[in-house]
Amino acid sequence: MSAVERIKEISGVNPLKCMKCGKCSASCPSFDAMDIKPHQFVSYVINDDVEALANSKSAWKCLSCFACIERCPRDVQPGKLIDAARQMLIRQRGQEGLSPDEIPALLDDETPQQLLMSAFRKYRR
Amino acid sequence: MRRIGVFVCHCGSNIAATVDVKKVVEMALNEQGVVHAEDYPYMCSEAGQSRIAEAIKEKQLSGIVVCSCSPRMHEATFRKCAETCGLNPYLVEIANIREHCSWIHKDVEEATEKAVILMRAAVAKVHLNAPLQAGESAVTKRALVIGGGIAGIQTAIDIADAGYKVDIVEKTPSIGGRMSQLDKTFPTLDCSACILTPKMVEAASHENITIHTYSEVEKVSGFVGNFTVDIRKKARFVNMDKCTGCGVCQEKCPSKKPLNEFNRGLNTRTAIYTPFAQAIPNVPVIDPQSCIKLNTGKCGVCEKFCQVGAIDYTQKDEIITESYGAIVVATGFDTINLDKYGEYAYNESKDVITSLELERIMNAAGPTKGHLERLSDGKAPKEIVFIQCVGSRCSDQRGKPYCSKICCMYTAKHAMLIRDKYPDTNVTVFYIDVRTPGKNFDEFYRRAVEDYGVNYVKGQVGKVAPQPDGSLLVHGVDLLENKQILKKADMVVLATAIEPNPDVRKIATMLTASIDTNNFLTEAHPKLRPVESPTAGVFLSGVCQGPKDIPETVAQAGAAAVKVIGLLAKDKLKTNPCTAKADELRCNGCSQCANVCPYGAISYEVRQVNDHGIREDRRIAVVNSALCQGCGACTVTCPSGAMDLQGFSNRQIIAEVDAICR
Ligand SMILES: Cc1cc2nc3c(=O)[nH]c(=O)nc-3n(C[C@H](O)[C@H](O)[C@H](O)COP(=O)(O)OP(=O)(O)OC[C@H]3O[C@@H](n4cnc5c(N)ncnc54)[C@H](O)[C@@H]3O)c2cc1C
Ligand code: SF4
Ligand code: SF4
Ligand code: SF4
Ligand code: SF4
Repeated sequence: MSAVERIKEISGVNPLKCMKCGKCSASCPSFDAMDIKPHQFVSYVINDDVEALANSKSAWKCLSCFACIERCPRDVQPGKLIDAARQMLIRQRGQEGLSPDEIPALLDDETPQQLLMSAFRKYRR
Repeated sequence: MRRIGVFVCHCGSNIAATVDVKKVVEMALNEQGVVHAEDYPYMCSEAGQSRIAEAIKEKQLSGIVVCSCSPRMHEATFRKCAETCGLNPYLVEIANIREHCSWIHKDVEEATEKAVILMRAAVAKVHLNAPLQAGESAVTKRALVIGGGIAGIQTAIDIADAGYKVDIVEKTPSIGGRMSQLDKTFPTLDCSACILTPKMVEAASHENITIHTYSEVEKVSGFVGNFTVDIRKKARFVNMDKCTGCGVCQEKCPSKKPLNEFNRGLNTRTAIYTPFAQAIPNVPVIDPQSCIKLNTGKCGVCEKFCQVGAIDYTQKDEIITESYGAIVVATGFDTINLDKYGEYAYNESKDVITSLELERIMNAAGPTKGHLERLSDGKAPKEIVFIQCVGSRCSDQRGKPYCSKICCMYTAKHAMLIRDKYPDTNVTVFYIDVRTPGKNFDEFYRRAVEDYGVNYVKGQVGKVAPQPDGSLLVHGVDLLENKQILKKADMVVLATAIEPNPDVRKIATMLTASIDTNNFLTEAHPKLRPVESPTAGVFLSGVCQGPKDIPETVAQAGAAAVKVIGLLAKDKLKTNPCTAKADELRCNGCSQCANVCPYGAISYEVRQVNDHGIREDRRIAVVNSALCQGCGACTVTCPSGAMDLQGFSNRQIIAEVDAICR
């Protein structure tokens, strides 16, 4: 399975539904910190450019605040795509299965708290 | 034994690319009774039809099967062809091997197998077909138009000009519809009332038009050419014959709280009111919810002041029954409820308004007398933001999946009018796409940008946040610059999606007319029959069929009128002979069929029957073939299998099923 297929599978999102309205990017509190903006993130997945996504800051800057998920008029929910990309990257790096005592070592100032919470939810159900 | 001919159509490559037509012909010749079979590229062509005609004559065919497209397309063609050769048209069967087969399959072998099976079923049926004769029914030469907006008015005028009587039933106190609420109209910016009022007057004074305002359709029975309709005329509490429209009652009425619907609830009206100055008829109504006299028995001020004694607190709703040959639905639209769009703060701030509300604010007769001002503090807005596609083009369950089609144009109109009248007010439009197809439409939008300096920004707004200082912070994005935008605005206007008038569901049920998942009425054919409903005798006019602007509405209204005129011009209509019939020996008089018949076609009579030598009086179902529409509801309901539909009898259908399972 290609990386893009994997992202689609994890997120359950069909990026082709995106009409490029930009409501996600208008809503995103992390917009300025992202190099690939939420609406662009969707296009990158459509265009199969996962490498760019992996090298971008965006996956780590998303707060998982769900504003875009809540407001996207086409039910694309870019936050879910970003989340899926992040999850895939974490797994590729062999970082899945976080335990609480490992976390301090992984922490850097850039990682938002909510992201950690999302990670807990995902990996320690 | 019937002598049957089978004709297999290629439909160019539509059928032949997926179905092995030669094989279908070969298999047909193996069927019992089939004495002729052939294939041809286009059976419906003149050449194709003459091959059928020749075969009927040469081989003395007494039944034919055409394997082709849907019977909705060409059943009538082939029946007519048979009739001209002296073969009863009901001895023609269509096996639909296009829509039901070639178009939906990819594999040639499988599709061919299915086509053969469909052919076989049709052959089995045609063996049992009986010749049927179409009857005739008279046409009532009067039309009903439901809804008195510009669509209904135009349809009525066109029908009336052709010399037929038309009644308009409008549920509000005046005709005019949404157009009467608009200030100016694109693409020419002429005043809406100035072009609408003459049409309203023309309708009201036309000798062939009767207008029932403040009225609703309550019940519809009958069928094409012969509808019977109950109309509820709601009590106005004002005598229409006496009232002179002087308006003194409205000046004096002390009940001043009810929200003014015409101004979209932005201000209030009195309990006795005419919705707007040019209302037709210019006779007020008393709203029974807020009239003090009707609720407490005290007051009676309007009665005291009315010079001509027109006020009548004892009036009751009245039901009238009328007959019509045709019915036109023109029930129009409303804007959607915005409760689910909390991010735009419509319910939080008075300065976030819909575009229809802006029309009222810009109108001299509106709540602010035509001054552009904030409803919260009456200040003139200096910074206005328009948000497009609010609730349109949404597949997220909150809004509507379609484009509302009119908002790109009316926003360009609003933006231009504001920049023209208030040059120091800035206008920003956040859009996803600007959709302005139509004659002189894109030019109109470009004028807003090039001549009036309206700032168009590509990107949907995420959120509107009311600020403590009374301003509105708009969280937007400029996708072309790839920049987020935080814009402080004094007023935000939402181009709110439109939807069919919610009442239309009730109307559609009464008329057995179909509606789509968005409650728009469905056309008989999306391209070729756009103003007819699939229900015979029911026609569509205006936005009830799909989003449109006024020019398109008027064009469609005229088209609907032409269809109505074509129907009313006929003296007799051919009736469908495929009606139901009860077998008197099997019927046990249980009444179940009468309960399900949507057309009230079934009654009962006591008749003497001879059941295998036993003579007795029995209660037996009788179908009035003039009323029966052949829907078949009774035949599947009857527990004794006594009801049969001619042309679709139980035996015929079982024979088809047997042939399929063979
Ligand atoms: C904000 C806004 C601005 C617009 N500006 C323009 C413009 O500038 N130019 C332009 O070309 N178009 C404009 N339009 C579009 C225009 O309003 C419509 O094209 C037009 O009003 C459609 O007419 P209609 O008769 O189909 O529907 P409506 O105007 O909605 O009329 C329907 C009528 O049917 C009545 N009715 C509903 N249900 C029943 C029932 N059950 N029984 C009896 N009566 C019933 C209603 O009361 C109403 O009177 C604008 C629309 C909006 C929302
Ligand atoms: S909000 Fe949804 S439809 Fe709009 S650009 Fe973002 S992902 Fe695409
Ligand atoms: S979920 Fe992530 S991408 Fe979406 S709005 Fe929040 S921070 Fe931005
Ligand atoms: S007409 Fe324009 S504003 Fe209205 S829904 Fe369509 S694209 Fe959006
Ligand atoms: S087929 Fe039966 S139920 Fe249908 S209209 Fe005729 S009598 Fe009524």
